[in-house]
Amino acid sequence: MAKYLLLKHYRGAPAAVNDAPMDQWTPEEVSDHIRFMDDFAARLEETGEFVAGQALAPEGLWVRYDGEGRPPVTDGPFAETKDLIAGWMIVDVEDEARAIELAGELSAAPGAGGEPIHEWLEVRPFLEAPPTAVE
Amino acid sequence: MSDHLDEVFVRGLVPQVVGVLVRRGADFAAAEDAVQDALVAALGTWPSDPPRDPKAWLITSAWRRFLDATRSAAARSTREGRAGAEPAAGYVPSHDDTLELYLRCAHPSLTPASAVALTLRAVGGLTTRQIAEAYLVPEATMAQRISRAKRTVGGVSLDEPGSLGTVLRVLYLVFNEGYSGDVDLSAEAIRLARRLHAATGHEEAAGLLALMLLHHARRPARTRPDGSLVPLAVQDRSRWRTDLIAEGVTILQSALARDRLGEYQAQAAIAALHGDARSTDETDWVQVVEWYDELIALSDSDLHRLNRAVALGEADGARAGLAALEPLDPQLPRYAAVAAHLHEKDGDLALAADLYVEAARQARNLPERDHLIREAARLRT
Repeated sequence: MAKYLLLKHYRGAPAAVNDAPMDQWTPEEVSDHIRFMDDFAARLEETGEFVAGQALAPEGLWVRYDGEGRPPVTDGPFAETKDLIAGWMIVDVEDEARAIELAGELSAAPGAGGEPIHEWLEVRPFLEAPPTAVE
Repeated sequence: MSDHLDEVFVRGLVPQVVGVLVRRGADFAAAEDAVQDALVAALGTWPSDPPRDPKAWLITSAWRRFLDATRSAAARSTREGRAGAEPAAGYVPSHDDTLELYLRCAHPSLTPASAVALTLRAVGGLTTRQIAEAYLVPEATMAQRISRAKRTVGGVSLDEPGSLGTVLRVLYLVFNEGYSGDVDLSAEAIRLARRLHAATGHEEAAGLLALMLLHHARRPARTRPDGSLVPLAVQDRSRWRTDLIAEGVTILQSALARDRLGEYQAQAAIAALHGDARSTDETDWVQVVEWYDELIALSDSDLHRLNRAVALGEADGARAGLAALEPLDPQLPRYAAVAAHLHEKDGDLALAADLYVEAARQARNLPERDHLIREAARLRT
């Protein structure tokens, strides 16, 4: 088994096919989208592949250390040009092909007009623990 | 339950208790659930209230849980207008069903990950929580993985009992997980391989057990206290477990004497040659290469060919190793690491450093990546 992080972007990914922003959907379309995401996670729990998932607020700050005894420096919100992560899901799957298959299904979440969004999702493998037997 | 040994002892009872319930007429999935419930109760109560006869306690508790579950299922189906059936509790001749359980839990119809989870629970006697922690997934996810696996093998008839080959593969997968959560999976895999070897006497079960013992023997020298990797060439061999090496070699020799070579025996033979040597210089690399040839003839794989190239580099020099690498696909995992090592040996340090960086970029685990970055840094400073 291998763990993968599926990353969903508010901003920074290539344009989706059905690219109408969520605030222009009807309330039913929003509800349908959320139900799709919940069902997707529930189905992965049932197949024994779900590890964790979380949606993130679009607001955020950059923070960095500013030297001994000084408060951290903050900056932000994020510039319009920066990547903006909308949420993530961690899956534990047999192989990369399965991770890609799941990302493909997740990308078909319904958006405006009830049509699949076809959004681009980022699939990132975990760095795992080393195997016991290597020469 | 005051120390670790006791928990291992209790775990050892689990497959026997599952076997007793199945012989009394319980179906496998329900029997395994009942035994797991009894095990969890035992782990909770035995430390303060130890039973006189742990096995009898587990059988009684598991059987009662099984009957309760069956009765409530029967009550449900009666309410739905169907008759419920009490399972037969009659006498069934005792036989060693250990092997049957191994074969069922590692049935070829299961994915490797499902077979691993089911084997650890039903044969290994681990709790779902322990398995989930070892594999870093939520307990609910692991519970689902196990119950799906049981549904898959529930309908498997005993006329098609699976294959020893998949059992061996599953145990080797468990072994390679190492130490994770509060369970030493390598030690657990060795325990299960020992029992399998005792139950079957099969030469490849012996080969796998020997291979595990020979690798396990080197574990104390393989990592530094901070978790970083120590490559074979610079390991402190005084820290190798000579008792495990001796045991592995003895088991391997009696398997090889039967002249039915298999891939685990061949890999164990290679591990034995390393275990025998006081340094990489004193390693019999010519024999290591010969065993890789045997191994590739039995089971060709890119990984074996990469390892053979490393061995050839030691036996006949870096150029020979690089020549063996030539026909392989540079995109293979660990190809860049092997190429880096051979080019360094050949004296091309700049190319070697670039290849170590490339190898670090491709590494799929953290200690290996960190090790490769350090190798590149070593050549560049």
